[in-house]
Amino acid sequence: MEQIMTTAFITGLLAAMMRMATPIIFGTLGEILCERAGVLNLGIEGIMLMGAMTGFLTTLTTGSLWLGVAAAALVGVLLSLFMAFLAVYLGLSQHVSGLGITLFSTGLAMFIYRLAVGSPVNPPTVRPFTQTAIPFLSELPVVGPAFFNQYVLVYIALLLVPLVWILLYRTSWGLAIRTVGENPFAADTVGIDVNLTRTLCLAAGGALMGVGGAFLTLAHQNMFLIDVVGGRGWIAVAMVIFGNWDPAKGMAGAMIFGFLDALQLRLQGLGFNIPFHLFLIIPYLMTVVALVGVSRRAAAPAGLLKPYRREEKG
Amino acid sequence: MIVSKRAPLPGWIQLLVPVGAVLATLLLSAIPILIAGGDLWLSYVSLFRGALGTRYNFLETCVKAAPLTFTGLAVAFAFRAKFWNIGAEGQLLAGAIAAAWVGIYAPPLPKALVLLLVCAAGFLAGGAWATIPALLKTKYRVDDVVTTLLLNYVMWHLMGYLLFGPLQMPGSSWPRSPAVAEIARFPVLLIRSRFHLGIVIALVAVLVVWFVNSKTVFGYQSRAVGVNPRAAAFGGINVNAVIMKTALLSGGLAGLAGVGEVVAIHFHLLMDISPGFGYSGIVIAMLGRLHPVGTVLSAFFFSVIIVGAQSMSRLTGVPTYIAEVIQGMALIVMLIALLLTEYRVKAVRD
Amino acid sequence: MSRPDIPCTHTEERTPVVEMRSIRKTFLDVVANRDVDFALYEGEICALLGENGAGKTTLMNILFGYYAADGGEIRIGGEKVSLSSPRDAIARRVGMVHQHFTLVPSQTVLENTVVGSGGGFFLDMGKARRKLLELQNRFGLHVDPDAPVWTLPIGGQQKVEILKALYRNARILILDEPTAVLAPLETKELFATLRALAAEGCSVVFISHKLYEVMEIADRVVVLSKGAVAAERATRDTNERELANLMVGRELEERRHAGSKNLGDPALEIRSLSIKNDKGLEAVKELSLAIRSGEILGMAGVSGNGQRELAEALFGLRVPDGGDVLLGGEPLPPGRPKAAVDRKMGRIPEDRMTTGLLLELTVEENLVLENHASFRSLGMLDHAAIGRHADGLIDEFGIKTDGRRAVARTLSGGNLQKIILARELSASPRAVVAAQPTRGLDVGAIEYVHKRILEARRSGAAILLISEDLDEIFLLADRIAVMYEGRIMGVAERDEASREQVGLWMSGVSEPCA
Repeated sequence: MEQIMTTAFITGLLAAMMRMATPIIFGTLGEILCERAGVLNLGIEGIMLMGAMTGFLTTLTTGSLWLGVAAAALVGVLLSLFMAFLAVYLGLSQHVSGLGITLFSTGLAMFIYRLAVGSPVNPPTVRPFTQTAIPFLSELPVVGPAFFNQYVLVYIALLLVPLVWILLYRTSWGLAIRTVGENPFAADTVGIDVNLTRTLCLAAGGALMGVGGAFLTLAHQNMFLIDVVGGRGWIAVAMVIFGNWDPAKGMAGAMIFGFLDALQLRLQGLGFNIPFHLFLIIPYLMTVVALVGVSRRAAAPAGLLKPYRREEKG
Repeated sequence: MIVSKRAPLPGWIQLLVPVGAVLATLLLSAIPILIAGGDLWLSYVSLFRGALGTRYNFLETCVKAAPLTFTGLAVAFAFRAKFWNIGAEGQLLAGAIAAAWVGIYAPPLPKALVLLLVCAAGFLAGGAWATIPALLKTKYRVDDVVTTLLLNYVMWHLMGYLLFGPLQMPGSSWPRSPAVAEIARFPVLLIRSRFHLGIVIALVAVLVVWFVNSKTVFGYQSRAVGVNPRAAAFGGINVNAVIMKTALLSGGLAGLAGVGEVVAIHFHLLMDISPGFGYSGIVIAMLGRLHPVGTVLSAFFFSVIIVGAQSMSRLTGVPTYIAEVIQGMALIVMLIALLLTEYRVKAVRD
Repeated sequence: MSRPDIPCTHTEERTPVVEMRSIRKTFLDVVANRDVDFALYEGEICALLGENGAGKTTLMNILFGYYAADGGEIRIGGEKVSLSSPRDAIARRVGMVHQHFTLVPSQTVLENTVVGSGGGFFLDMGKARRKLLELQNRFGLHVDPDAPVWTLPIGGQQKVEILKALYRNARILILDEPTAVLAPLETKELFATLRALAAEGCSVVFISHKLYEVMEIADRVVVLSKGAVAAERATRDTNERELANLMVGRELEERRHAGSKNLGDPALEIRSLSIKNDKGLEAVKELSLAIRSGEILGMAGVSGNGQRELAEALFGLRVPDGGDVLLGGEPLPPGRPKAAVDRKMGRIPEDRMTTGLLLELTVEENLVLENHASFRSLGMLDHAAIGRHADGLIDEFGIKTDGRRAVARTLSGGNLQKIILARELSASPRAVVAAQPTRGLDVGAIEYVHKRILEARRSGAAILLISEDLDEIFLLADRIAVMYEGRIMGVAERDEASREQVGLWMSGVSEPCA
């Protein structure tokens, strides 16, 4: 038990928390952008996987990590634009369109990876991102190494949270997005192009989701496995609800999940007598419990799930 | 683009829609095949030969179609009531676990009774697992998409715990259960094949679901709730009860998919007992337009793809994952085709 | 296309601010606007009159750029324009206040006003607030800019809608049935605002189907009937009766239905009912009412005073906090629609499409929504019996449909209401609760609904008719009650109630008028 209370343990735990939380933060921010505009994007799991795969393959072939990240973002944009075509322009059920994109992307990711890499005994790896220390801040006790000696992508994720917040609440674009999500008819009658707004939000959200996926194969690990995303996309969807569609609260949820994920790993290593598989369940169960807790006050954007078409009166 | 509602199309055209979607999907499959550098003609031929060319292949396709039929029915029945059951995968695993338990420690009863027990255990386990998200939906208004999804992962890890623990084959370090007792295994019905009892049960399930849908009060209520829960409640239907019962039946069907895999195919409980059957069920259900007969036909189609992809891969080098790609494409094509039956789409340039 | 003769002397010399010529618009197979010519002059208030479905809203939606006309041309300020979206119309200084508000309830007045109005990437709320307050003072439309819209009364929300248009420099203001949601006092305020706007040189189009309001506020009235222009008059040259006939194309019978002959014991009793609304506020406050069998009690009142919650509680869709309801002397268990169904209460909900019907299902499936369980043979649904039952109802109620297996979505509004009437009234209910039963229906359908309600009364049902249409109340009710802020302001017998008295009660004034 004393082992838990050492600074080394806590520092390690917090650092791991940030690493675990980062892809979810990217995913949550991306999903918030989509849902605030009124589109539930269940393609997130597939988009993150394609991002992970594309980023990895790009880095593998070009040697450049940032090119990989850019490629992942691009893939995210493309898949989301396809989602926009299905759900926004054609007005198909958002549930099924998103799931279709996830299923399609999952198959596609595995297919392309297998084509590119074959089935070697030792799967290929890349040289992943290294951590970058922020001078002075990284010297602080406990929190220093945990928060300020991290991958650049972690810093980017944290920076994006206030940026997305400012976008949503302090800019005219953000007001337009929120209006489109709450009452698309209202937005239409003041001249906002509802479908274009939704498409742009999907694209931006998709880029973030792709980058979140790339983080998994280019920083967190250094190889691509089929289950590298492992349900984090769905966790992000849950975190959006948990955070009541607010970027800051969503980030908090992601950090809580990251904390539990990191904790579960470390507790295993400490020889607790609970079988480790049951530890793996904890984060998912906590998410479900959290959703129940917030369900009463959760207020989804009123226009979520409904395609917008100018009324066709009979 | 302008999308405007069109007058409802006559019934026979509606039936052609899935057929058209299937053909379009097969055509579009040429793209990934070509990208993989496969010979187009050889690919298609080896796909169909591999799935349907010989008696054994055809029966194998039927074998693979059984779990797909169960999960397809599970999802179709749930979606019809707008219970977004994305958790068929987890419910399948629950059913598999329950079936394995009963099958390994089979009580000394006549075979028919043991089989009945195995099926009942699997059905109830899957059904129970599905009622959790249903309860959360009815009592706490928690979104069913997210909860059914998350519970898939919970059940997956639960199974991992069991297979590395209480259900692990003694002396082994792999996550594998002891063998299912002979008496609990589904009998093979046709010689020189793996065509087993579970396939017949799947076909019976199709009839049962059809019967429930069209001939029972519950079927009517389920549909009403799916169409407009507020009006259904207004009319006196107990919406929560309907959702719970729907979840139970849906989860139970998915559970039966797991049962078959354990007592007819693998005879052990394994971590990869399901290569995503639960998720495939979604595509199968949509392609089958949520109708039981459509579902079983669509399950057969996907089985053809999955089985055929194996032999295609051997002969042309196209990765077997093409089956998943085709599956994803089929869903999207089907969605677009469904839309076109209800709306006219005009591209407009201003 | 010939225009009816219009002796409007005051418009001959001026060029119209808006000119719509030969406008044609078709939806699927319904012609909404048929070669319509419409002109609007500077500084005038022009009414667009017609019954529901005449094409008024469609025409103005075309002017607002929300719909694209299939044919014809539009000129604004003499210039030919092409309006492909509201953005173009707003640029041309056209503003529209729709029937269904275009507001986001959770956002503030300021946010709702400012959205989409351009002006830089970062929101400059200070500047916006100043501009908004200036407009408020100029036109006397006072609302708190920082109040979330959902906290405002409907009249206040409508002010925000008008301010939104003025904020965008609208000179042409279209209002679609603006008084439908207002109490008489608020209507007076609105009219004052409109006159002020017209005096400043704005042009106002006032869409309505209420004759006396049109006569009061408009300078000119254009009558639309079945998608075409039926007539055009200066209001000082015409009267309500003439307009009514022009609207419907025939002489309207002007009579009140005879009072009820056989009143029995109270069949529907509401005792001290208190109900909260979705926001947790008290919508109905200890309301008590007793309706005898064979009686129609008309509950008048502007929407938003608790009628919706009252109806939902009676339907079983909402659980009251206190009080109870007795049906035939027996208490009705709250929150259980099945109980109301079983005890033979006929219920006609306000939102027929969202609450009363399953649009994706067939007509026959809708007809048996409440009693489907009774059509069983050998434990299975007896489709043949359901079919016979449905055919019978379709026949009896004259439901125009492509057979009983037609999908409900394909039926017109009037026929959809007939489905509900058939379902709710055919089994001789003991009591009937009808909420806004004729909303959005054309005259023929309205007459049919009235006929059926009177028939139910003859059969001895106790009927609670909740309606915001005073004409309807006066036409049918034996007793009139008025609901205001969750309470009953007053009840009067049909012969004692005057329009003025009822109007005062509707505005919350409880002293009797002389």
